[in-house]
Amino acid sequence: MLERQQVDHVARLARLELSDSEADTMAVELSKILDHIEAIRALDLEGVEPTSHVVDLVNALRADVPQRSLTPQQALAQAPEPTEAGFGVPSPGQGAE
Amino acid sequence: MSQDLLELSAAQAVAAIRAGELDAAELFELYRSRAAADPLNAFTWVAEDAAAAAPAGAPLAGVPVAVKDLFCTEGVPSQSGSRILEGYRPPYTATVVAKLARAGAPLLAKTNQDEFAMGSSNENSAYGPVLNPWDRARVPGGSSGGSAAAVAAGLAPWALGTDTGGSIRQPAAFCGIVGLKPTYGACSRYGMIAFASSLDQAGPLTRDVTDAALLLRHMVGRDQNDSTSLELPEEIRLPSRGDLKGVRLGVPQELTGTAGGIDPGVLASFEASLAQAQALGASVEPCTLPHAPHALSAYYIIAPAEASANLARFDGVRYGLRVAGDSDLDTMYSCTRAHGFGAEVKRRIMLGTYALSSGYYDAYYGTAQRVRTRISQDFQSAFAEVDFIVTPTAPTTAFELGAKSHDPLAMYLNDFCTVPMSLAGIPAISIPCGLSDGLPVGLQLAGPAFSENALLDAAYALEQALAFDGRSARAGGGAPA
Repeated sequence: MLERQQVDHVARLARLELSDSEADTMAVELSKILDHIEAIRALDLEGVEPTSHVVDLVNALRADVPQRSLTPQQALAQAPEPTEAGFGVPSPGQGAE
Repeated sequence: MSQDLLELSAAQAVAAIRAGELDAAELFELYRSRAAADPLNAFTWVAEDAAAAAPAGAPLAGVPVAVKDLFCTEGVPSQSGSRILEGYRPPYTATVVAKLARAGAPLLAKTNQDEFAMGSSNENSAYGPVLNPWDRARVPGGSSGGSAAAVAAGLAPWALGTDTGGSIRQPAAFCGIVGLKPTYGACSRYGMIAFASSLDQAGPLTRDVTDAALLLRHMVGRDQNDSTSLELPEEIRLPSRGDLKGVRLGVPQELTGTAGGIDPGVLASFEASLAQAQALGASVEPCTLPHAPHALSAYYIIAPAEASANLARFDGVRYGLRVAGDSDLDTMYSCTRAHGFGAEVKRRIMLGTYALSSGYYDAYYGTAQRVRTRISQDFQSAFAEVDFIVTPTAPTTAFELGAKSHDPLAMYLNDFCTVPMSLAGIPAISIPCGLSDGLPVGLQLAGPAFSENALLDAAYALEQALAFDGRSARAGGGAPA
Protein backbone atom coordinates (compact mmCIF):
# COMPACT_ATOMS: atom_id res chain seq x y z
CA MET A 1 0.00 0.00 0.00
CA LEU A 2 1.34 3.36 -1.07
CA GLU A 3 0.98 5.98 1.68
CA ARG A 4 -0.43 9.40 0.93
CA GLN A 5 2.88 10.89 2.08
CA GLN A 6 4.76 8.90 -0.61
CA VAL A 7 2.29 10.06 -3.25
CA ASP A 8 2.91 13.67 -2.29
CA HIS A 9 6.67 13.11 -2.46
CA VAL A 10 6.52 11.48 -5.91
CA ALA A 11 4.18 14.22 -7.18
CA ARG A 12 6.76 16.81 -6.11
CA LEU A 13 9.50 14.90 -7.94
CA ALA A 14 7.32 14.76 -11.07
CA ARG A 15 6.33 18.44 -10.81
CA LEU A 16 2.63 17.56 -10.76
CA GLU A 17 0.26 19.63 -8.66
CA LEU A 18 -2.35 17.15 -7.34
CA SER A 19 -5.49 18.16 -5.46
CA ASP A 20 -6.25 16.41 -2.16
CA SER A 21 -8.83 14.13 -3.73
CA GLU A 22 -6.60 13.38 -6.76
CA ALA A 23 -3.75 12.39 -4.43
CA ASP A 24 -6.05 10.13 -2.38
CA THR A 25 -7.35 8.41 -5.51
CA MET A 26 -3.80 8.09 -6.85
CA ALA A 27 -2.69 6.32 -3.64
CA VAL A 28 -5.46 3.71 -4.04
CA GLU A 29 -4.98 3.20 -7.82
CA LEU A 30 -1.20 3.03 -7.74
CA SER A 31 -1.33 0.58 -4.83
CA LYS A 32 -3.60 -1.70 -6.81
CA ILE A 33 -1.30 -1.58 -9.86
CA LEU A 34 1.82 -2.10 -7.74
CA ASP A 35 0.20 -5.10 -6.03
CA HIS A 36 -0.25 -6.69 -9.45
CA ILE A 37 3.29 -5.83 -10.54
CA GLU A 38 4.87 -7.10 -7.30
CA ALA A 39 4.60 -10.69 -8.55
CA ILE A 40 7.71 -10.33 -10.71
CA ARG A 41 9.81 -9.65 -7.63
CA ALA A 42 9.30 -13.29 -6.64
CA LEU A 43 10.95 -14.58 -9.86
CA ASP A 44 14.43 -16.05 -9.67
CA LEU A 45 16.47 -13.59 -11.72
CA GLU A 46 19.83 -14.27 -10.15
CA GLY A 47 22.59 -13.64 -12.68
CA VAL A 48 20.22 -12.37 -15.42
CA GLU A 49 21.56 -9.31 -17.24
CA PRO A 50 19.13 -6.38 -17.49
CA THR A 51 17.93 -5.37 -20.98
CA SER A 52 17.62 -1.62 -21.41
CA HIS A 53 17.32 -1.83 -25.19
CA VAL A 54 16.72 -4.65 -27.66
CA VAL A 55 19.04 -3.29 -30.33
CA ASP A 56 22.71 -3.96 -29.68
CA LEU A 57 23.75 -0.33 -29.85
CA VAL A 58 27.15 1.11 -30.35
CA ASN A 59 27.77 4.84 -30.40
CA ALA A 60 26.21 6.13 -33.60
CA LEU A 61 27.90 9.41 -34.34
CA ARG A 62 27.56 11.34 -37.56
CA ALA A 63 30.43 13.29 -39.05
CA ASP A 64 30.92 16.61 -37.28
CA VAL A 65 29.86 18.76 -40.21
CA PRO A 66 27.76 21.90 -39.76
CA GLN A 67 24.28 21.63 -41.27
CA ARG A 68 21.17 23.72 -41.37
CA SER A 69 18.84 23.52 -38.40
CA LEU A 70 15.90 25.55 -37.12
CA THR A 71 16.34 29.31 -37.02
CA PRO A 72 15.89 30.99 -33.60
CA GLN A 73 12.59 32.43 -34.89
CA GLN A 74 11.29 28.95 -35.81
CA ALA A 75 12.41 27.49 -32.49
CA LEU A 76 10.72 30.27 -30.53
CA ALA A 77 7.54 30.44 -32.60
CA GLN A 78 5.54 28.05 -30.38
CA ALA A 79 6.86 29.28 -27.02
CA PRO A 80 4.38 30.71 -24.50
CA GLU A 81 6.79 33.59 -23.78
CA PRO A 82 9.32 34.13 -26.56
CA THR A 83 11.88 36.84 -25.89
CA GLU A 84 14.64 38.24 -28.01
CA ALA A 85 17.21 36.24 -26.06
CA GLY A 86 15.30 32.94 -25.82
CA PHE A 87 12.51 31.34 -23.80
CA GLY A 88 11.05 33.58 -21.11
CA VAL A 89 10.20 31.96 -17.75
CA PRO A 90 8.88 33.22 -14.41
CA SER A 91 11.39 34.00 -11.68
CA PRO A 92 12.57 30.92 -9.75
CA GLY A 93 11.41 32.80 -6.62
CA GLN A 94 10.77 30.96 -3.40
CA GLY A 95 9.41 27.80 -4.95
CA ALA A 96 12.86 26.73 -6.12
CA GLU A 97 14.44 23.78 -4.37
CA MET B 1 -18.92 5.45 -58.72
CA SER B 2 -17.62 6.64 -55.34
CA GLN B 3 -18.76 3.40 -53.68
CA ASP B 4 -16.75 1.48 -56.27
CA LEU B 5 -13.72 3.69 -55.61
CA LEU B 6 -14.15 3.08 -51.91
CA GLU B 7 -13.93 -0.67 -52.45
CA LEU B 8 -10.46 -0.35 -53.98
CA SER B 9 -7.71 -1.22 -51.53
CA ALA B 10 -4.88 1.31 -51.37
CA ALA B 11 -2.63 -0.94 -53.47
CA GLN B 12 -5.42 -1.34 -56.06
CA ALA B 13 -5.89 2.44 -56.12
CA VAL B 14 -2.13 2.91 -56.68
CA ALA B 15 -2.30 0.46 -59.59
CA ALA B 16 -5.39 2.15 -61.08
CA ILE B 17 -3.79 5.60 -60.93
CA ARG B 18 -0.56 4.32 -62.46
CA ALA B 19 -2.56 2.66 -65.25
CA GLY B 20 -4.28 5.97 -65.97
CA GLU B 21 -7.71 4.59 -65.00
CA LEU B 22 -8.13 6.75 -61.92
CA ASP B 23 -7.38 10.38 -61.16
CA ALA B 24 -5.39 10.83 -57.92
CA ALA B 25 -7.08 14.17 -57.26
CA GLU B 26 -10.52 12.54 -57.47
CA LEU B 27 -9.49 9.87 -54.98
CA PHE B 28 -8.03 12.47 -52.61
CA GLU B 29 -11.24 14.51 -52.73
CA LEU B 30 -13.40 11.43 -52.11
CA TYR B 31 -11.49 10.60 -48.93
CA ARG B 32 -11.05 14.23 -47.90
CA SER B 33 -14.79 14.81 -47.95
CA ARG B 34 -15.49 11.54 -46.11
CA ALA B 35 -12.87 12.41 -43.47
CA ALA B 36 -14.21 15.95 -43.10
CA ALA B 37 -17.68 14.56 -42.28
CA ASP B 38 -16.01 12.34 -39.61
CA PRO B 39 -18.97 10.58 -37.95
CA LEU B 40 -16.61 8.66 -35.60
CA ASN B 41 -14.45 11.49 -34.16
CA ALA B 42 -11.54 9.70 -35.77
CA PHE B 43 -9.69 12.87 -36.77
CA THR B 44 -8.15 15.87 -35.05
CA TRP B 45 -7.36 17.65 -38.32
CA VAL B 46 -8.38 17.11 -41.96
CA ALA B 47 -6.73 18.69 -45.01
CA GLU B 48 -8.72 21.63 -46.38
CA ASP B 49 -7.17 21.71 -49.80
CA ALA B 50 -6.30 19.28 -52.51
CA ALA B 51 -2.83 17.80 -52.20
CA ALA B 52 -0.06 18.85 -54.53
CA ALA B 53 0.24 16.33 -57.37
CA ALA B 54 2.55 13.41 -56.56
CA PRO B 55 5.88 13.47 -58.41
CA ALA B 56 5.68 11.64 -61.75
CA GLY B 57 6.31 7.94 -61.28
CA ALA B 58 6.02 8.17 -57.45
CA PRO B 59 5.45 4.61 -56.23
CA LEU B 60 2.42 5.48 -54.08
CA ALA B 61 0.91 7.55 -56.91
CA GLY B 62 -0.88 10.12 -54.73
CA VAL B 63 -2.98 7.77 -52.58
CA PRO B 64 -3.26 9.82 -49.37
CA VAL B 65 -2.47 8.64 -45.86
CA ALA B 66 -3.99 9.48 -42.46
CA VAL B 67 -1.39 9.97 -39.76
CA LYS B 68 -1.68 9.50 -36.01
CA ASP B 69 -1.69 12.84 -34.22
CA LEU B 70 1.64 12.20 -32.44
CA PHE B 71 3.67 12.33 -35.67
CA CYS B 72 5.01 15.85 -36.04
CA THR B 73 3.80 17.44 -39.28
CA GLU B 74 5.16 20.85 -40.18
CA GLY B 75 2.59 23.61 -39.74
CA VAL B 76 -0.20 21.13 -38.97
CA PRO B 77 -1.54 20.58 -35.41
CA SER B 78 0.38 17.72 -33.74
CA GLN B 79 -0.98 17.36 -30.22
CA SER B 80 -0.52 13.69 -29.28
CA GLY B 81 -4.10 13.68 -28.03
CA SER B 82 -3.14 16.04 -25.21
CA ARG B 83 -4.44 19.37 -23.93
CA ILE B 84 -0.85 20.33 -23.06
CA LEU B 85 -0.03 20.51 -26.80
CA GLU B 86 -3.31 22.02 -27.98
CA GLY B 87 -2.70 23.97 -31.18
CA TYR B 88 0.98 23.00 -31.35
CA ARG B 89 2.23 23.27 -34.95
CA PRO B 90 5.73 21.79 -35.21
CA PRO B 91 8.44 23.42 -37.31
CA TYR B 92 9.41 20.07 -38.85
CA THR B 93 7.95 16.77 -40.10
CA ALA B 94 8.55 13.24 -38.77
CA THR B 95 10.86 11.15 -40.95
CA VAL B 96 8.32 8.44 -41.83
CA VAL B 97 5.69 11.01 -42.83
CA ALA B 98 8.23 12.84 -44.98
CA LYS B 99 9.33 9.58 -46.59
CA LEU B 100 5.73 8.67 -47.45
CA ALA B 101 5.11 12.12 -48.90
CA ARG B 102 8.20 11.72 -51.11
CA ALA B 103 6.93 8.31 -52.20
CA GLY B 104 3.65 9.91 -53.28
CA ALA B 105 1.36 9.48 -50.24
CA PRO B 106 0.26 13.00 -49.22
CA LEU B 107 -1.15 13.85 -45.79
CA LEU B 108 -4.94 13.44 -45.67
CA ALA B 109 -5.64 13.95 -41.97
CA LYS B 110 -4.34 13.56 -38.42
CA THR B 111 -6.01 10.86 -36.38
CA ASN B 112 -7.31 10.91 -32.83
CA GLN B 113 -5.47 8.82 -30.24
CA ASP B 114 -5.15 8.17 -26.53
CA GLU B 115 -3.18 10.98 -24.90
CA PHE B 116 0.56 10.41 -25.50
CA ALA B 117 -0.40 6.92 -26.78
CA MET B 118 -1.30 5.79 -23.26
CA GLY B 119 -4.45 3.72 -23.45
CA SER B 120 -6.20 0.80 -25.08
CA SER B 121 -9.59 2.34 -25.85
CA ASN B 122 -9.03 5.88 -27.16
CA GLU B 123 -11.05 7.18 -24.24
CA ASN B 124 -7.95 8.97 -22.90
CA SER B 125 -7.90 11.52 -25.72
CA ALA B 126 -8.30 15.17 -24.71
CA TYR B 127 -10.31 15.50 -27.96
CA GLY B 128 -13.00 12.97 -27.08
CA PRO B 129 -13.33 9.23 -27.69
CA VAL B 130 -13.32 7.61 -31.15
CA LEU B 131 -16.29 5.39 -32.00
CA ASN B 132 -15.95 1.88 -33.44
CA PRO B 133 -17.43 1.69 -36.97
CA TRP B 134 -18.77 -1.82 -36.29
CA ASP B 135 -20.81 -0.57 -33.32
CA ARG B 136 -20.70 3.05 -32.31
CA ALA B 137 -21.43 2.22 -28.67
CA ARG B 138 -18.04 0.51 -28.51
CA VAL B 139 -14.40 1.62 -28.38
CA PRO B 140 -12.11 1.23 -31.42
CA GLY B 141 -9.20 0.15 -29.21
CA GLY B 142 -6.11 2.21 -28.70
CA SER B 143 -3.95 3.99 -28.68
CA SER B 144 -4.05 4.26 -32.52
CA GLY B 145 -7.86 4.10 -32.40
CA GLY B 146 -8.50 6.99 -34.78
CA SER B 147 -6.26 5.44 -37.44
CA ALA B 148 -7.94 2.03 -37.06
CA ALA B 149 -11.50 3.38 -37.13
CA ALA B 150 -10.73 5.62 -40.11
CA VAL B 151 -9.36 2.77 -42.22
CA ALA B 152 -12.12 0.33 -41.21
CA ALA B 153 -14.85 2.87 -42.01
CA GLY B 154 -13.30 3.86 -45.35
CA LEU B 155 -12.57 7.42 -44.18
CA ALA B 156 -8.92 6.95 -45.18
CA PRO B 157 -7.30 4.48 -47.61
CA TRP B 158 -4.59 3.61 -45.06
CA ALA B 159 -3.05 5.07 -41.96
CA LEU B 160 0.02 5.35 -39.76
CA GLY B 161 0.00 4.38 -36.13
CA THR B 162 2.51 3.69 -33.41
CA ASP B 163 2.81 0.64 -31.17
CA THR B 164 4.46 0.66 -27.76
CA GLY B 165 2.70 -2.32 -26.14
CA GLY B 166 0.01 -3.14 -28.71
CA SER B 167 -1.24 0.25 -29.87
CA ILE B 168 -1.33 -0.71 -33.57
CA ARG B 169 -2.30 -4.39 -33.24
CA GLN B 170 -5.11 -4.12 -30.68
CA PRO B 171 -7.12 -1.34 -32.42
CA ALA B 172 -6.58 -3.14 -35.75
CA ALA B 173 -8.12 -6.23 -34.14
CA PHE B 174 -11.05 -4.28 -32.64
CA CYS B 175 -11.82 -2.62 -35.98
CA GLY B 176 -11.36 -5.64 -38.27
CA ILE B 177 -8.31 -4.42 -40.18
CA VAL B 178 -4.60 -5.27 -40.50
CA GLY B 179 -2.00 -3.70 -38.19
CA LEU B 180 1.73 -4.34 -38.26
CA LYS B 181 4.33 -3.50 -35.62
CA PRO B 182 7.72 -3.83 -37.33
CA THR B 183 10.99 -4.90 -35.72
CA TYR B 184 12.17 -2.23 -33.29
CA GLY B 185 14.38 0.18 -35.24
CA ALA B 186 12.93 -0.60 -38.69
CA CYS B 187 11.22 2.81 -38.83
CA SER B 188 12.76 6.06 -37.64
CA ARG B 189 11.22 7.51 -34.49
CA TYR B 190 12.35 11.03 -35.43
CA GLY B 191 9.39 13.36 -35.05
CA MET B 192 7.23 10.88 -33.15
CA ILE B 193 6.23 12.55 -29.88
CA ALA B 194 7.82 10.03 -27.51
CA PHE B 195 6.06 7.76 -25.02
CA ALA B 196 8.56 4.97 -24.18
CA SER B 197 11.62 5.26 -26.40
CA SER B 198 12.91 1.68 -26.12
CA LEU B 199 9.50 0.34 -27.25
CA ASP B 200 7.85 2.94 -29.54
CA GLN B 201 7.63 1.88 -33.17
CA ALA B 202 5.71 3.24 -36.17
CA GLY B 203 3.73 0.93 -38.42
CA PRO B 204 0.87 0.68 -40.93
CA LEU B 205 -2.87 0.18 -40.29
CA THR B 206 -4.46 -1.03 -43.51
CA ARG B 207 -7.38 -2.84 -45.07
CA ASP B 208 -5.32 -5.85 -46.06
CA VAL B 209 -1.87 -7.42 -45.80
CA THR B 210 -0.75 -6.25 -49.26
CA ASP B 211 -1.46 -2.62 -48.31
CA ALA B 212 0.52 -3.10 -45.08
CA ALA B 213 3.53 -4.38 -47.03
CA LEU B 214 3.30 -1.56 -49.59
CA LEU B 215 3.09 1.19 -46.98
CA LEU B 216 5.82 -0.34 -44.80
CA ARG B 217 8.16 -0.61 -47.79
CA HIS B 218 8.24 3.18 -47.99
CA MET B 219 8.55 3.80 -44.25
CA VAL B 220 11.59 1.75 -43.25
CA GLY B 221 15.28 2.57 -43.25
CA ARG B 222 18.14 4.04 -41.28
CA ASP B 223 17.77 7.71 -40.44
CA GLN B 224 20.63 9.83 -39.17
CA ASN B 225 18.15 11.63 -36.93
CA ASP B 226 17.37 8.43 -34.97
CA SER B 227 20.48 6.61 -33.80
CA THR B 228 18.40 3.51 -32.95
CA SER B 229 17.06 3.14 -36.50
CA LEU B 230 18.35 0.32 -38.68
CA GLU B 231 18.60 -0.71 -42.30
CA LEU B 232 16.54 -3.86 -42.90
CA PRO B 233 18.49 -6.75 -44.43
CA GLU B 234 16.23 -6.80 -47.50
CA GLU B 235 13.57 -4.62 -49.12
CA ILE B 236 9.97 -5.21 -48.02
CA ARG B 237 8.28 -7.26 -50.77
CA LEU B 238 4.62 -7.48 -51.65
CA PRO B 239 3.32 -10.81 -50.33
CA SER B 240 2.30 -13.52 -52.76
CA ARG B 241 2.34 -16.80 -50.89
CA GLY B 242 -0.68 -19.02 -51.46
CA ASP B 243 -0.09 -21.76 -48.92
CA LEU B 244 1.64 -22.44 -45.62
CA LYS B 245 3.34 -25.70 -46.56
CA GLY B 246 6.25 -26.41 -44.23
CA VAL B 247 5.47 -23.44 -41.97
CA ARG B 248 5.59 -24.26 -38.27
CA LEU B 249 3.20 -22.21 -36.12
CA GLY B 250 3.77 -22.23 -32.36
CA VAL B 251 0.82 -21.71 -30.03
CA PRO B 252 2.11 -20.53 -26.64
CA GLN B 253 -0.06 -22.03 -23.92
CA GLU B 254 0.60 -19.00 -21.69
CA LEU B 255 -1.12 -16.57 -24.09
CA THR B 256 -3.90 -18.72 -25.48
CA GLY B 257 -5.75 -20.11 -22.48
CA THR B 258 -8.77 -18.85 -20.60
CA ALA B 259 -6.39 -18.34 -17.63
CA GLY B 260 -5.18 -15.18 -19.35
CA GLY B 261 -8.74 -13.86 -19.34
CA ILE B 262 -9.24 -14.66 -23.03
CA ASP B 263 -12.86 -14.56 -24.03
CA PRO B 264 -14.32 -17.92 -25.21
CA GLY B 265 -15.68 -16.31 -28.41
CA VAL B 266 -12.22 -14.98 -29.23
CA LEU B 267 -10.66 -18.38 -28.57
CA ALA B 268 -13.23 -20.12 -30.79
CA SER B 269 -12.44 -17.80 -33.69
CA PHE B 270 -8.70 -18.21 -33.03
CA GLU B 271 -8.94 -21.99 -33.08
CA ALA B 272 -10.99 -21.99 -36.28
CA SER B 273 -8.22 -19.92 -37.89
CA LEU B 274 -5.59 -22.42 -36.75
CA ALA B 275 -7.61 -25.13 -38.51
CA GLN B 276 -7.52 -23.00 -41.67
CA ALA B 277 -3.76 -22.63 -41.31
CA GLN B 278 -3.44 -26.42 -41.07
CA ALA B 279 -5.59 -26.81 -44.15
CA LEU B 280 -3.08 -24.54 -45.93
CA GLY B 281 -0.29 -26.92 -44.95
CA ALA B 282 1.02 -25.37 -41.73
CA SER B 283 1.93 -27.47 -38.75
CA VAL B 284 0.41 -26.13 -35.54
CA GLU B 285 2.20 -27.12 -32.38
CA PRO B 286 2.17 -26.04 -28.76
CA CYS B 287 5.15 -24.02 -27.57
CA THR B 288 6.05 -22.26 -24.38
CA LEU B 289 6.96 -18.70 -23.40
CA PRO B 290 7.36 -19.23 -19.67
CA HIS B 291 7.85 -15.56 -18.74
CA ALA B 292 5.15 -14.13 -21.03
CA PRO B 293 2.57 -13.90 -18.20
CA HIS B 294 4.99 -11.53 -16.43
CA ALA B 295 5.46 -9.31 -19.48
CA LEU B 296 2.58 -7.03 -18.52
CA SER B 297 4.12 -6.29 -15.11
CA ALA B 298 7.54 -5.60 -16.61
CA TYR B 299 5.94 -3.42 -19.28
CA TYR B 300 3.97 -1.37 -16.77
CA ILE B 301 7.23 -0.53 -15.01
CA ILE B 302 9.47 0.06 -18.03
CA ALA B 303 7.04 2.07 -20.19
CA PRO B 304 5.91 4.47 -17.41
CA ALA B 305 9.53 4.89 -16.27
CA GLU B 306 10.58 5.95 -19.76
CA ALA B 307 7.45 8.08 -20.12
CA SER B 308 8.12 9.94 -16.87
CA ALA B 309 11.47 11.02 -18.32
CA ASN B 310 10.16 11.76 -21.83
CA LEU B 311 7.23 13.84 -20.59
CA ALA B 312 9.45 16.02 -18.39
CA ARG B 313 9.85 18.25 -21.46
CA PHE B 314 6.22 19.45 -21.17
CA ASP B 315 6.77 22.22 -18.66
CA GLY B 316 5.28 25.37 -20.17
CA VAL B 317 8.61 26.73 -21.40
CA ARG B 318 9.27 25.89 -25.06
CA TYR B 319 5.84 24.99 -26.48
CA GLY B 320 2.29 24.23 -25.55
CA LEU B 321 0.23 25.24 -22.56
CA ARG B 322 1.44 27.49 -19.74
CA VAL B 323 -0.61 27.90 -16.54
CA ALA B 324 0.17 30.12 -13.52
CA GLY B 325 2.72 32.15 -15.48
CA ASP B 326 2.48 34.92 -12.89
CA SER B 327 3.74 32.77 -10.03
CA ASP B 328 7.24 31.38 -9.48
CA LEU B 329 8.89 28.95 -11.87
CA ASP B 330 8.31 25.76 -9.89
CA THR B 331 4.62 26.53 -9.36
CA MET B 332 4.29 27.29 -13.09
CA TYR B 333 5.78 23.86 -13.95
CA SER B 334 3.51 21.97 -11.54
CA CYS B 335 0.33 23.84 -12.44
CA THR B 336 0.95 23.64 -16.21
CA ARG B 337 1.43 19.88 -15.97
CA ALA B 338 -1.56 19.47 -13.66
CA HIS B 339 -3.84 21.28 -16.12
CA GLY B 340 -2.33 19.94 -19.32
CA PHE B 341 -2.17 16.20 -18.59
CA GLY B 342 -5.16 13.87 -18.29
CA ALA B 343 -5.73 11.30 -15.53
CA GLU B 344 -4.07 8.32 -17.22
CA VAL B 345 -0.96 10.29 -18.19
CA LYS B 346 -0.64 11.57 -14.61
CA ARG B 347 -1.03 8.02 -13.31
CA ARG B 348 1.77 6.74 -15.53
CA ILE B 349 4.09 9.65 -14.76
CA MET B 350 3.54 8.94 -11.06
CA LEU B 351 4.08 5.21 -11.51
CA GLY B 352 7.25 5.75 -13.53
CA THR B 353 8.64 8.40 -11.20
CA TYR B 354 8.01 6.11 -8.23
CA ALA B 355 9.66 3.11 -9.96
CA LEU B 356 12.75 5.20 -10.70
CA SER B 357 12.94 6.95 -7.32
CA SER B 358 15.73 6.47 -4.85
CA GLY B 359 15.37 3.24 -2.89
CA TYR B 360 12.98 1.59 -5.37
CA TYR B 361 14.98 1.68 -8.61
CA ASP B 362 16.46 -1.81 -8.45
CA ALA B 363 13.39 -3.44 -6.92
CA TYR B 364 11.16 -2.26 -9.77
CA TYR B 365 13.06 -0.99 -12.79
CA GLY B 366 16.03 -3.34 -12.41
CA THR B 367 13.75 -6.34 -11.93
CA ALA B 368 11.63 -5.40 -14.94
CA GLN B 369 14.73 -5.13 -17.14
CA ARG B 370 15.81 -8.63 -16.09
CA VAL B 371 12.35 -9.99 -16.87
CA ARG B 372 12.69 -8.33 -20.28
CA THR B 373 15.87 -10.33 -20.88
CA ARG B 374 14.05 -13.55 -19.93
CA ILE B 375 11.19 -12.75 -22.31
CA SER B 376 13.61 -12.21 -25.22
CA GLN B 377 15.31 -15.50 -24.38
CA ASP B 378 11.92 -17.27 -24.30
CA PHE B 379 11.23 -16.08 -27.85
CA GLN B 380 14.69 -17.11 -29.04
CA SER B 381 14.13 -20.62 -27.66
CA ALA B 382 10.67 -20.80 -29.22
CA PHE B 383 11.91 -19.65 -32.64
CA ALA B 384 14.44 -22.50 -32.63
CA GLU B 385 11.42 -24.84 -32.87
CA VAL B 386 8.77 -22.85 -34.80
CA ASP B 387 8.73 -20.17 -37.52
CA PHE B 388 6.02 -17.96 -36.02
CA ILE B 389 4.17 -17.55 -32.74
CA VAL B 390 0.43 -17.25 -33.10
CA THR B 391 -2.03 -15.88 -30.52
CA PRO B 392 -5.26 -13.92 -30.35
CA THR B 393 -4.34 -10.22 -30.64
CA ALA B 394 -6.49 -9.13 -27.70
CA PRO B 395 -8.28 -11.09 -24.97
CA THR B 396 -11.69 -9.66 -25.95
CA THR B 397 -13.49 -8.00 -28.83
CA ALA B 398 -14.27 -4.26 -28.70
CA PHE B 399 -15.90 -3.39 -25.38
CA GLU B 400 -18.49 -0.71 -24.65
CA LEU B 401 -17.44 2.89 -24.13
CA GLY B 402 -16.96 3.47 -20.41
CA ALA B 403 -16.82 -0.23 -19.54
CA LYS B 404 -13.21 -0.14 -18.29
CA SER B 405 -12.38 3.53 -18.01
CA HIS B 406 -12.65 3.54 -14.21
CA ASP B 407 -10.44 0.51 -13.67
CA PRO B 408 -6.87 1.18 -14.89
CA LEU B 409 -5.69 -2.36 -14.18
CA ALA B 410 -8.54 -3.98 -16.15
CA MET B 411 -7.64 -1.66 -19.05
CA TYR B 412 -3.96 -2.70 -18.88
CA LEU B 413 -4.94 -6.38 -19.20
CA ASN B 414 -5.99 -5.65 -22.82
CA ASP B 415 -2.30 -5.70 -23.68
CA PHE B 416 -1.74 -9.22 -22.32
CA CYS B 417 -1.01 -10.84 -25.71
CA THR B 418 0.79 -7.93 -27.41
CA VAL B 419 3.23 -6.68 -24.78
CA PRO B 420 5.65 -9.66 -24.84
CA MET B 421 6.56 -8.99 -28.50
CA SER B 422 7.06 -5.29 -27.75
CA LEU B 423 9.51 -6.03 -24.94
CA ALA B 424 11.43 -8.40 -27.24
CA GLY B 425 11.41 -5.86 -30.12
CA ILE B 426 10.18 -8.43 -32.64
CA PRO B 427 7.71 -7.86 -35.50
CA ALA B 428 4.07 -8.86 -35.11
CA ILE B 429 1.00 -8.45 -37.30
CA SER B 430 -2.70 -8.59 -36.46
CA ILE B 431 -5.12 -9.74 -39.16
CA PRO B 432 -8.90 -10.02 -38.83
CA CYS B 433 -9.79 -13.69 -38.45
CA GLY B 434 -13.54 -13.74 -37.90
CA LEU B 435 -16.44 -12.32 -35.94
CA SER B 436 -17.62 -13.05 -32.42
CA ASP B 437 -21.14 -11.76 -31.73
CA GLY B 438 -20.82 -9.54 -34.79
CA LEU B 439 -17.53 -7.97 -33.69
CA PRO B 440 -14.11 -8.53 -35.31
CA VAL B 441 -11.52 -10.81 -33.74
CA GLY B 442 -7.80 -10.35 -34.43
CA LEU B 443 -5.17 -13.03 -34.90
CA GLN B 444 -1.57 -12.12 -34.08
CA LEU B 445 1.43 -13.63 -35.88
CA ALA B 446 4.90 -12.82 -34.52
CA GLY B 447 8.29 -13.72 -35.97
CA PRO B 448 11.98 -13.20 -35.19
CA ALA B 449 13.58 -9.78 -35.63
CA PHE B 450 13.74 -8.75 -39.33
CA SER B 451 11.37 -11.52 -40.48
CA GLU B 452 8.88 -8.97 -41.91
CA ASN B 453 8.81 -10.47 -45.42
CA ALA B 454 8.17 -14.00 -44.20
CA LEU B 455 5.62 -12.71 -41.69
CA LEU B 456 3.75 -10.75 -44.36
CA ASP B 457 3.77 -13.77 -46.68
CA ALA B 458 2.32 -16.06 -44.01
CA ALA B 459 -0.27 -13.47 -43.00
CA TYR B 460 -1.23 -13.02 -46.66
CA ALA B 461 -1.75 -16.75 -47.24
CA LEU B 462 -3.93 -16.98 -44.15
CA GLU B 463 -5.82 -13.80 -45.08
CA GLN B 464 -6.77 -15.25 -48.48
CA ALA B 465 -8.10 -18.42 -46.83
CA LEU B 466 -10.00 -16.60 -44.07
CA ALA B 467 -11.58 -14.14 -46.55
CA PHE B 468 -12.69 -11.71 -43.83
CA ASP B 469 -15.32 -9.28 -45.14
CA GLY B 470 -14.98 -5.71 -43.85
CA ARG B 471 -17.48 -4.10 -46.22
CA SER B 472 -20.24 -3.61 -43.67
CA ALA B 473 -18.00 -1.35 -41.54
CA ARG B 474 -17.28 0.82 -44.58
CA ALA B 475 -20.95 0.99 -45.50
CA GLY B 476 -22.18 1.64 -41.95
CA GLY B 477 -19.18 3.31 -40.36
CA GLY B 478 -18.92 6.09 -42.88
CA ALA B 479 -22.60 7.05 -42.58
CA PRO B 480 -23.42 10.31 -40.82
CA ALA B 481 -24.05 10.16 -37.05
